[in-house]
Amino acid sequence: MPAQTFDPRRLVGIHAERVTDVSSRDFPGHHPGEDHSWNLAKFKKNLIVKVQRLSRTSVDFDIVGVDASIANAFRRIMIAEVPTVCIEQVYVWDNTSVIVDEILAHRIGLVPLNIDPSLFTMKSDINDTATDRDTAVFKIDVTCERNPKAPKGSIKPEELYINHELLSSHIIWEPVGEQVDIFAARPPAPTNPNIVLAKLRPGQSVNMELHAVKGVGKDHAKFSPVATASYRLLPYIKITKPIPPQHTEKFQRCFSPGVIKIDPRTKEVSVDEEKVRNDSVSREVLRHPEFAGSVELSRVRDYFLFNVESESAYAPERILIESVKVMREKLNNIKAAALALREKSIAGDGDVMMEEA
Amino acid sequence: MAAASVDDSEWEELNRTNWKGLGLTDPIKNVEDKWLLLPAFLKVKGLVKQHIDSFNYFVDTDIKNIVKANNKVTSDVDPRFWLKYTDINVGFPDRDEDSAIDKRVTPNECRLRDITYAAPIIVTIQYTRGKNIVQRNVCLGRLPIMLRSSKCVLTGRTDDQLARMIECPLDPGGYFVVKGTEKVILVQEQLSKNRIIVETDTVKGIVQASCTSSTHGGLKSKTYVATKKGKIYLRHNSIHEDVPIVIALKALGIQSDKEILLLTAGTTEAYKETFATNLEDAAKLGIFTRQQALEYIGTRVKVNRRVMGPRRPAWEEALEALATIVLAHVPVNGLDFRSKAIFVATMTRRVLMAMDDEKMVDDRDYVGNKRLELAGQLLALLFEDLFKTYNSNLKIAIDKVLKKPSRTSEFDAFNTMRMQGDHLTSGFVRAISTGNWSLKRFKMERAGVTHVLSRLSFISALGMMTRISSQFEKTRKVSGPRALQPSQWGVLCPSDTPEGEACGLVKNLALMTHITTDVEEEPITRLAFMLGVEDISLTTGTEIYGPHTFVVNVNGTIVGLTKYPTRFVQQFRKLRRARRFSEFISIYINNHHRAVHIACDGGRICRPAIIVENGRPRVTSEHITLLKKGKATFDDFLQMGLVEYLDVNEENDTYIALYESDIVPTTTHLEIEPFTLLGAVAGLIPYPHHNQSPRNTYQCAMGKQAIGAIAYNQFNRIDTLLYLSVYPQQPMVKTKTIELIGYDKLPAGQNATVAVMSYSGYDIEDALILNKASLDRGYGRCQVLRKNATLVRKYPNGTFDRLADAPLGEDGEVAKKYDIIQLDGLAGVGERVDPGDVYVNKQSPSNATDNTFTGQAASVPYRNTPLSYKSPVAGNIDKVLISDTDNDQTLIKVLIRQTRRPELGDKFSSRHGQKGVCGLIVNQEDLPFNDQGINPDTIMNPHGFPSRMTVGKMIELLAGKAGVLTGNLQYGTAFGGSKVEDMSRILVENGFSYAGKDMLTSGITGEPLEAYVYFGPIYYQKLKHMVMDKMHARARGPRATLTRQPTEGRSREGGLRLGEMERDCLIGYGATQLLLERLMISSDKFEVNACEECGLMGYNGWCTYCKSSKKMAQLTIPYAAKLLFQELMAMNVVPRLVLDDA
Repeated sequence: MPAQTFDPRRLVGIHAERVTDVSSRDFPGHHPGEDHSWNLAKFKKNLIVKVQRLSRTSVDFDIVGVDASIANAFRRIMIAEVPTVCIEQVYVWDNTSVIVDEILAHRIGLVPLNIDPSLFTMKSDINDTATDRDTAVFKIDVTCERNPKAPKGSIKPEELYINHELLSSHIIWEPVGEQVDIFAARPPAPTNPNIVLAKLRPGQSVNMELHAVKGVGKDHAKFSPVATASYRLLPYIKITKPIPPQHTEKFQRCFSPGVIKIDPRTKEVSVDEEKVRNDSVSREVLRHPEFAGSVELSRVRDYFLFNVESESAYAPERILIESVKVMREKLNNIKAAALALREKSIAGDGDVMMEEA
Repeated sequence: MAAASVDDSEWEELNRTNWKGLGLTDPIKNVEDKWLLLPAFLKVKGLVKQHIDSFNYFVDTDIKNIVKANNKVTSDVDPRFWLKYTDINVGFPDRDEDSAIDKRVTPNECRLRDITYAAPIIVTIQYTRGKNIVQRNVCLGRLPIMLRSSKCVLTGRTDDQLARMIECPLDPGGYFVVKGTEKVILVQEQLSKNRIIVETDTVKGIVQASCTSSTHGGLKSKTYVATKKGKIYLRHNSIHEDVPIVIALKALGIQSDKEILLLTAGTTEAYKETFATNLEDAAKLGIFTRQQALEYIGTRVKVNRRVMGPRRPAWEEALEALATIVLAHVPVNGLDFRSKAIFVATMTRRVLMAMDDEKMVDDRDYVGNKRLELAGQLLALLFEDLFKTYNSNLKIAIDKVLKKPSRTSEFDAFNTMRMQGDHLTSGFVRAISTGNWSLKRFKMERAGVTHVLSRLSFISALGMMTRISSQFEKTRKVSGPRALQPSQWGVLCPSDTPEGEACGLVKNLALMTHITTDVEEEPITRLAFMLGVEDISLTTGTEIYGPHTFVVNVNGTIVGLTKYPTRFVQQFRKLRRARRFSEFISIYINNHHRAVHIACDGGRICRPAIIVENGRPRVTSEHITLLKKGKATFDDFLQMGLVEYLDVNEENDTYIALYESDIVPTTTHLEIEPFTLLGAVAGLIPYPHHNQSPRNTYQCAMGKQAIGAIAYNQFNRIDTLLYLSVYPQQPMVKTKTIELIGYDKLPAGQNATVAVMSYSGYDIEDALILNKASLDRGYGRCQVLRKNATLVRKYPNGTFDRLADAPLGEDGEVAKKYDIIQLDGLAGVGERVDPGDVYVNKQSPSNATDNTFTGQAASVPYRNTPLSYKSPVAGNIDKVLISDTDNDQTLIKVLIRQTRRPELGDKFSSRHGQKGVCGLIVNQEDLPFNDQGINPDTIMNPHGFPSRMTVGKMIELLAGKAGVLTGNLQYGTAFGGSKVEDMSRILVENGFSYAGKDMLTSGITGEPLEAYVYFGPIYYQKLKHMVMDKMHARARGPRATLTRQPTEGRSREGGLRLGEMERDCLIGYGATQLLLERLMISSDKFEVNACEECGLMGYNGWCTYCKSSKKMAQLTIPYAAKLLFQELMAMNVVPRLVLDDA
């Protein structure tokens, strides 16, 4: 396979104590004589979006050819602005567990639910009356009792007592209005039934009504659909000088496993093009004087290796798409606002006047 | 005893000098894990064992001695009557209610019900009743019992049983529960008693030897032997004038000048020279014989003449004073003053030595010259005082009855005793709950002896139990007593002391410190004689100060001489290691004074060390294996002579190796573990040996303010103020101390992922940036529980308070502020309390204090005296307790809880004295993230490092990061812990930079940051200082009644003062209108009518002085000015206003 090379302008320099060239400079007018004006065709040609790995809860994908601001915008939206449904209001009828009301409510709020947010509308004001279009109702009614059939001499709480733990599976959906039909396929419940919310002992009981609403992560972290959504840049390792055979293994150990290949015969080191993306860029190689000047580390500025871990009703691959939706909505808003401004001040000297507050 | 469980043969095998074919010359193997001796030590001794031991000694031994010394009550009226105490015993705490069916009581019940955890003191008495002698048991009173002492119901219980008693197994005990509050008797530090201390005053040119005598249950007095103009005198409070030393010695029975000279100056020419003038002096005064000397002193003795009895001759007065008051601790058998004379002569000699060589003075700050007074000793004094008063009261009462000539029934002293009331009980309770130890009998007047146990955090409670307060005045600006003493090593923590005025005066015990209790002196003296010591009373000055003789002292008193001090000391120690007598008796040689000192008094600070013999430690790996298997205990190690206790004085006679590799042929001991030189609180700091030392001191103060878990029974406690963390975590970087004291089970903090970088401008001056998402998920969340208590009283006139249900308003609805009140007049548990809400709807009779009232109690008019909620933020009712106190008043306690999430201005701190307030809360998406997508919980500004030099914090981050990556907890134990090199290796192996610095991407721009950022977990504590409790502002509000100026202070919703300096600024700037506004218009402006004619103030446009309204003018002045004028007028000073048009 031919060694993958990148235009040096695309590289972020990784040095022992600093990072250089973090910002892109391919904006118009920076490089004399070159045309860097934005061009849809060029952008389309350069843009690559490719899923690398997909599991039930997480997805790894690459976005190549966009500016950091764009990639970051998606990351930010995925964390903070893709809506999900979470329990927001807790009505406590009875709670004799050791966990007090506020904290139990807080814990319940953090439980991810499997309700598809697109089936709900956002409540404009939290104090509005709840409707079946914006609120899902759940109940908890759990009482801990002694297990009459407990084996003798047992000290395990799970054998001694019935309901010794309040689990997320105890959160039971109560359909209201049209919800029976809408959620018939996938009845609302916590995505994970085994979250321990409180420990119970005989005589203790919890009886609550819970209201779940749609919200976004910037309001409260519980609404964030992801456990994490982040990216890193593709590492790029350039070996500039041959590594002496006695140091090859040490050289190999300076990188993540598999990144550096050693030819078994010639003892020549080379970078594995496939696995270089796994390198953690620990800069270990820069620490050893014997490798000084023989390797250049860098990362590709516009090569984003995304990792998104879903912790909500969304399938992991859907979160990016949802974030694009949110982004489009934002752009539409800006576009509409900008157009409205232009409309208003078209008669004047062309300057846009701000509206009086 | 666990010793029995150890197979004797196994021990023998291990203790053989030559075993398993290894000889003395074989290379020394390291004793691995010898630190395991520390948990073994703590298992038997515990962290607060000094308190408990001292209390146990009082309850089991001392109290009996005190009663034995005062065991007889006789009557002045009837000589045939006597009453004798034959025995005294302290029982177990029980319920002091006659009607109680279950007499058992737990400390937690006492805490909740505001009663005292006390046990009855039962005495066995014998007395004459008519012609018979009767024996009975009587309860004298009730003694508050120290928790976990031998008389406490918690002692020896398993964790399960403790849980059933609602008691925390990790609670150290050592405190009292008096009227529901937990009280600690702090350890008091004093100069040692009965020892000679020589000091010089270079300014005045005075050399003095002083000795504070203290005998058991006797008086305390201080005797000086001091120089005055080159001559030596004896000085004592009971003698008006300084007595020339020769006269004093003659009075003590040493008549010949030659002998005086021998006993004081010995054969040393220089001393003789200095002393000669004193002999001349006595001769000049014409005093040659003992009789003359006694006459001389007798005329100068302060006579405490009792009213009765004939006047005694002067020499008799002198004899009595010398026998009983001067140096009272030196025994005088019959009229044999020899030992006292030698004691005075020794003091004189010490003065001579110091006059000759100024280096021969003692250091009062030396820890070996200090004694620690503990709860037991203080209680013993209190008991003795109360018991004596009780007996004298009893005697008076008995005399009163016996005086009556004819009685209907036979006199029974038992009944009189029962009539005596609870003098002892109330005496104990009063002393412990107020902390005032005022015992006239012993001339003791001490305030602040007890403190409320701080339950702010587990550590603060523990820290309080190891605290030592000094008797020095805090205001004195002397540095000596505050300075770190080299002799503190291993016994007092070098880091844990407060800042400010009490700095260095309040100290804390180190981890392995033990404080001795009294041991009987008599057998020790006999033992010394048996080991070849010559009795001092058989010797002369020539022998005492002979060239090869060493004086043997027991507790500061000379008992004899020895020619072979080294051999004597060796044999003595051998016997101690064989446990022929108490392990806490110390012996050492003082070569300067050519003396051997044996000490068995209480209050000495000591610590264990491993014995080294022939260049190898006696504790071997095999012993440690036994310890690990649980087959041996610390006591076994003592028993077998592998370790021994060294007090500070004996430490000076040893050569202790810090590590095994340091052992040289002269080494006598080996440290068990170097980190034990720190205390329990300083032991929480990871890598303290890498920090600048003041930072460790700061952390010691701050660790006590950290919010965390307090005890396993924290949810069953109702404390005045309780701070609890919702999700406490044990630290990623632990220390061995943390595990030993149980901080990992009751932690106070959370492992925050910290990025050391600058972010926005809101992190300057130590401010921290917090991640909003972390807060959403529960980081730093805490609960504040506040107690509100009230009594529903019954009054002496028969009326009583009552609880009422919520009253209905005019509209027939319950008013908002009563909406949580239930039918019983109390708020429901779990209800939200808004500001102003009533949670106990109590009503009181309007005539409660009217003692003439005789009507129907139910028909009296009532007024509302409710408890309403004051805080500006809503809370929830956590618990409501209805109980009754020991005087049958109904007690209601309501615990109100607030759950708080960190907000701007809340205070946080790491474990390295680096505190900071939250300056900004940032959304998760705005924070930088690393390649794994991890956001920091906290961002700390790197400027916190260079000046603070808290390298330990950096290593903590590194070790914490390595621990996270491998799924282990790392250790940051002082003088050890996980090595930086190993931590870096783990980081590299896991694909991180060796330095712990990660490449971060900005969450705002999405571009990589140009610098690598130090990134990893650091244990952060939330401190109790939260803005919610401090925020305060006022636009308008209450005013003080007298001056009409705004009130002062947050609690009174007061204003913020524009003080003198601010005023000066405004004057300097010339802002007159602003001044006028701030000082008058916004404060206490007042319109007055003043008369232009007479200058006095009138009202309503009328001058009462001029009887006219013609020249009245209206002006605005501060009300305070008007008040001043009126007050001056009341004092016959007329202030007149001179009005002029501007």
